[in-house]
Amino acid sequence: MELQLLVNGEQRSVEADADTPLLWVLRESLALTGTKFGCGIAACGACTVHINGTAARSCSIPAAAVQGQAITTIEGLAGGAERHAVQQAWIEHQVPQCGYCQSGMIMAAASLLAKNSNPTDQDIDAEITNLCRCGTYERIRRAIHAAALNISRGDVEATRGEESKEARHG
Amino acid sequence: MGKWTRRAVITAGSLVGGGLALGVGGIAFAPNRIGILSKGDGKEAAQLTTWLKIAPDNMVTAIVPHCEMGQGVHTALTMMLAEELDADWNLVRMEEAPAEEIYANGYIARAFVPGLSDVPKFTERFVDWGTYRLTRLMDLQVTGGSSSVRGTGFLGMRVAGGAARTMLIEAAAKRWNVPVGECETKLSSVIHPGSSRSATYGELAADAAKLDPPVHPQLKSADKYTIVGKPIPRIDIPSKVDGSAKYGIDVAIPGMLYATVAAAPVFGAQLGSVDATPIANLPGVKKVVKLDNAVAVVADSYWRALKALRTLIPTFTETTQRKENSETLASTIGRALEGDESKKIFSSGDAAATIGGAAKAIEAEYRVPFLAHATMEPMNATARIANDRCEVWTGVQDPLAARKVAADASGLDADQVTLYNQQLGGGFGRRLPGAHDFVDQAVRIAKEMSPAPVKLIWSREEDIQHDYYRPAVIGRYKGAVDSKAAPIVWISKFNGAGGEAAHVPYAIAHQDIRAVKFGSHVRQGSWRSVEHSQHGFFTESFIDELAHAAGKEPYEFRRGLLEHAPRHRAVLEKAAWISGWGAAPAAGRARGIALVESFGSIVAEVAEVEIVDGRIKVHNVWAAVDCGYVVNPDTATAQIEGGIIFGLSAAVFNEITIQDGRVAQSNFNDFPLPKIADAPRIKVEFIQSNAALGGLGEPGVPPIAPAVANAVFALTGKRVRSLPLKV
Ligand code: FES
Ligand code: FES
Repeated sequence: MELQLLVNGEQRSVEADADTPLLWVLRESLALTGTKFGCGIAACGACTVHINGTAARSCSIPAAAVQGQAITTIEGLAGGAERHAVQQAWIEHQVPQCGYCQSGMIMAAASLLAKNSNPTDQDIDAEITNLCRCGTYERIRRAIHAAALNISRGDVEATRGEESKEARHG
Repeated sequence: MGKWTRRAVITAGSLVGGGLALGVGGIAFAPNRIGILSKGDGKEAAQLTTWLKIAPDNMVTAIVPHCEMGQGVHTALTMMLAEELDADWNLVRMEEAPAEEIYANGYIARAFVPGLSDVPKFTERFVDWGTYRLTRLMDLQVTGGSSSVRGTGFLGMRVAGGAARTMLIEAAAKRWNVPVGECETKLSSVIHPGSSRSATYGELAADAAKLDPPVHPQLKSADKYTIVGKPIPRIDIPSKVDGSAKYGIDVAIPGMLYATVAAAPVFGAQLGSVDATPIANLPGVKKVVKLDNAVAVVADSYWRALKALRTLIPTFTETTQRKENSETLASTIGRALEGDESKKIFSSGDAAATIGGAAKAIEAEYRVPFLAHATMEPMNATARIANDRCEVWTGVQDPLAARKVAADASGLDADQVTLYNQQLGGGFGRRLPGAHDFVDQAVRIAKEMSPAPVKLIWSREEDIQHDYYRPAVIGRYKGAVDSKAAPIVWISKFNGAGGEAAHVPYAIAHQDIRAVKFGSHVRQGSWRSVEHSQHGFFTESFIDELAHAAGKEPYEFRRGLLEHAPRHRAVLEKAAWISGWGAAPAAGRARGIALVESFGSIVAEVAEVEIVDGRIKVHNVWAAVDCGYVVNPDTATAQIEGGIIFGLSAAVFNEITIQDGRVAQSNFNDFPLPKIADAPRIKVEFIQSNAALGGLGEPGVPPIAPAVANAVFALTGKRVRSLPLKV
């Protein structure tokens, strides 16, 4: 069937079976390969994207179910800015190792900060349940705190880029 | 042991467009050990392991014969080259070498770098067997065995940088007609301070290319380093935060089809029959491909291929292994351990006679299960067979070996096969030679679909159930202390290779260390830190038990047995110091310590644990590391941090069990990994001993399981002797 998707602020039309997970539509039909496949059962978070600004695991959401909703992938997170605050903190703290899980981690962290601008360690533990086989957790925690600090200081534009785009098209 | 010697071959020439290209190859000879080092067919002389290019625009390109798996090797190796070249770091780029024989890295065969420093006394009795095992499996160009920096880096990259620098100086001196000794280099330029002249490397490259390369280029001493030893940001990181980094699974070739596969659940079984009619008319489904032991579906999308595959009901041949499960396999190991046949790994004194008369003797049996690698990127490979050529896009730890697999599967010669190695979403040993089954499958499927390219992606279930698992091992230990509470006997027997990993770093007079053979139908392979992952747990748990039997404090007990091994002792002391070992931890918590040498690095870890809701919670880990010299402190720290989490997954979180001949687990729901909430705070400190360079990718792994087990004992008085630890 033909699906109408709003991805990173752009209206896209794709052909896919009704039950095709959003993940595979993003990766194969739209060539947005920054969103990764890790498990297919919503257990690892490698496929995390934002649906209307909130983190969601795209391997377990049929693309057909999110038509018309604002979908943001790692490629669109910065929303026209050079980098989102979380991406910047990820570089400053040299978080990624193999990097495969990191798109999902960053999307999960950005979603957390959008809801909770100053998360505690407990908040991070509760909200960030993505898996990283390389074991970068120590740095992820540090980078989330750093991003929160940068956002609160106004050093960087928080999630504005992303949200304004979604608002515009959503 | 024989003396290590080496020959390096430096070759230089002009680049098209007027630059300098330079390559370094090497052969090492160790008398009596030729069999270990190389195939001895003389080809090694042609293996140039390192290349660098200097273009007229003054850009330096380092060509690195190792894949990036997240260990920062591309950055570290490029740093070593740039350092000796005196290059401006901002004008240096890196390229990964293609899978061609000239880039094969023979250096991995050697654990200890010849001529660099003495082999540490403690390790003299065994060559680095972990590395040796990896080497023997393959056709070189491997990234594994923690060898990249200490082999390629130390011997290849530095020599290449130093040789090019020498040639550039010579070219400048000639041009200016001044003595070579009056020229200096700095930030990618040659300078003649006397006449205030300078020229960039790019300007000199064409002239330099006409000169003979030096035979023994002068290398810097560590105190002159300006790049090496600094926490230089990793080259690959920016692309890993914006989704632009490309992995094997992201490859897109025009006209590409998608495939997914289901192999026989019981290892060793073959495909019987499969009825393709139920999926024949599904939209987008192209073909059902029968392989020897698997069935694959090819479709125009992964999702369609997966759905169709799940509809099929293939039958597989019956095998006797179907009756095996974890318990029967353990009984088989038990029988092997009781049998008369064993291989001596090490012995000294007379352990058997001494234990009888000792003041106190103890025994213990330890067990560790099979484990999956579970790289975050599931196995995948893309292949195209057309016009008598085979092309493969995949991420592997040894592209040359994978190319050979592709050649065999396609029926073509290796030189008709091109392998484009991709960034790896984790390796940990899963993508080493001997484990390239996914490449074999992709090529066979592509052959059926020729000339269309096919991307094969394994489901996570396929990945967990068809790994080359970390071997399950049972170890039986006996030890004794004398009347002065000093350990005098160490007897161990276990299944598997053991090798270096089974040696004990402590001074114990009477030792008898033996291995027994155990074959099983379960596929086994190298898992990050190889045998050290099991033996670190065994040795460091049992030495803790001996300390307890002797009535001694476990840290002091170990320390007292390391007089002969000052580096080990210093590492142990440092871990105790940074963890505040002497001071009591918070109420309800306890600490454990462990010390393991692997891949030339010595690591001690202290773990602080608490039991929360009947589960082990590791709050803090402190690690002290002596890897000789730290090339990049930040990536080195990251490798140890990652190793600790990787080791923790085995210590507390997961296991692979066998039921009815097949793997019982299938995805992260039943093969759980630690999450951020489970991750301890980690503090890593290095000791710069300037000993031979050790690895960093693996040595962080082995000490964590015993450190946690020892902490659990300190906390509960209960000795847990099998992994994953349960209380
Ligand atoms: S791939 Fe979606 S959660 Fe793992
Ligand atoms: S960085 Fe490799 S899985 Fe997270």
